[in-house]
Amino acid sequence: MKFMLMMNTPRDGYTQYMSWPKKVLEANIAFMIDFSKKLSAAGELVSKEGLASPLQAKLVRAGKDGKPITDGVFPESKEFLAGYWIVDVDGPERAYQIAAEASAAPGIGDAPLWIEVREIMRSHKDLK
Amino acid sequence: MTSSPDLRIERLLRELAPQVLGAVVRRFRDFAASEDAVQEALIAAATQWPRDGVPDNPRGWLIHVALRRMTDHVRSEVSRRNRETVVAAETPVAVAPALSSELEFGPDDTLILVFMCCHPALSSSSAIALTLRAVGGLTTAEIAKAFLVPESTMAQRISRAKQTIKRSRAPFRLPDAGERARRLSSVLHVLYLVFSEGYTTTSGPALQRADLSNEAIRLTRAVHELLPDDGEVAGLLALMLLTDARRAARTGPGGELIPLDEQDRTLWDAQAIAEGVALVSAALRQGSVGEYQLQAAIAAVHDEAARAEDTDWPQILALYSVLKRMSDNPMVALNHAIAAAMVHGPHAGLDLLTPLDDDERLSGHHRLDAVRAHLLERAGDRAAAVSLYRSAAEKTTSVPERNYLLMRAARLSEAP
Repeated sequence: MKFMLMMNTPRDGYTQYMSWPKKVLEANIAFMIDFSKKLSAAGELVSKEGLASPLQAKLVRAGKDGKPITDGVFPESKEFLAGYWIVDVDGPERAYQIAAEASAAPGIGDAPLWIEVREIMRSHKDLK
Repeated sequence: MTSSPDLRIERLLRELAPQVLGAVVRRFRDFAASEDAVQEALIAAATQWPRDGVPDNPRGWLIHVALRRMTDHVRSEVSRRNRETVVAAETPVAVAPALSSELEFGPDDTLILVFMCCHPALSSSSAIALTLRAVGGLTTAEIAKAFLVPESTMAQRISRAKQTIKRSRAPFRLPDAGERARRLSSVLHVLYLVFSEGYTTTSGPALQRADLSNEAIRLTRAVHELLPDDGEVAGLLALMLLTDARRAARTGPGGELIPLDEQDRTLWDAQAIAEGVALVSAALRQGSVGEYQLQAAIAAVHDEAARAEDTDWPQILALYSVLKRMSDNPMVALNHAIAAAMVHGPHAGLDLLTPLDDDERLSGHHRLDAVRAHLLERAGDRAAAVSLYRSAAEKTTSVPERNYLLMRAARLSEAP
């Protein structure tokens, strides 16, 4: 079963991250590198990506002529996707374990982050 | 360094790939189908040769197998058309030539293929993929892995690229003299992009992508051997060698970026530097100075300094001044400002950055903030430097670069 583990950040999360103390930053970076290595070595990691800051994010839709109309992100958005892992595991329990581990990445908040866990639907490809 | 037989076979196959493709395309005129046939022949060789040994005439073997595949292809095309009851005489089908071991082989084939794969009708990403496969002899799976995309995506990109070539009706010959320079500049651009993709690693883990830089160097070397008198080809090859020579020193144990002035220069590849310096010196002596030669000359000045403080900055500044007159690239203007700061102090550099604030191509780009932060740090304005390092970190889309900028900001803000 495949799951997507999504790490969300509050609106100002990126800007806050930019000013973390050196020690915390170093610990966070080392944790992320190590975490991916472990998942990969266990044969559970399908893919993972980190997203660039929402500073550059745009909302896009087609105009009447089909050409893109762009806008900044909605000012009322409270949270942004910061990155995700896709894992292939036996069941949801293992996905929750991995998510809990990711949520405990070193940072400056008092509580671990919430990680959103969603099962990925099987596609035609998987039926073969 | 000794190499395993498998590695020697792999090198041999990559070297022969464009020669074999040239011979097959010459026969059948159908680039797309020929390319598929050659790819199948290469895969057959990669599995059989390590087991049965390399044949006496490896090129002849590959051409023979590829031609057989093409013959099968043509036959099935004919029967498909017959089934579809299309009047066979309407579209003549290339008839398979007799298989002979001595097939015509043009020395310009590789060059023709490079020009074809870097055709201006193709997007950069398509041209890159097609060049790596048709000229570089890499498999679709290898290319997909290097660019971190699924193999099916890369296969589709290559097949679309071949369709574009087909529609452009580019003949299988060298572009004529009038078109040559323009076409060569898009070839060099594609080779440069392959190199930077391997070198700067815009995404993904760093290690597996070094091969792309090596492949770019190998292909540029091949083009240089075919066009030894072209100064820009020599300049590009020199630039790649002089940049790649620093590979071992530019990242630390955790993959973190190490800037030029903090690198352990004993790790630099002296042989690559010597070759790059010789190439660019010879090219510059020939007269017609171009942008790649100037960039290579700048890289050479950096590489020739035993310690960072020995760098001949006045010479680098002079070279950037010439380059800035030739090129409208704002990145050149940024580097020119850095060189000016090294020669005349940080304020001279900061003054040169001011006009760049209005350059739309740099708006939202992290480099301007990063350079300004460096110069402000040198000028002693710590608070402004920290805030610009952070703003650059928020703008960059490269993880190693972001980490470097964040560490720089954190170190500076926590310094007593």
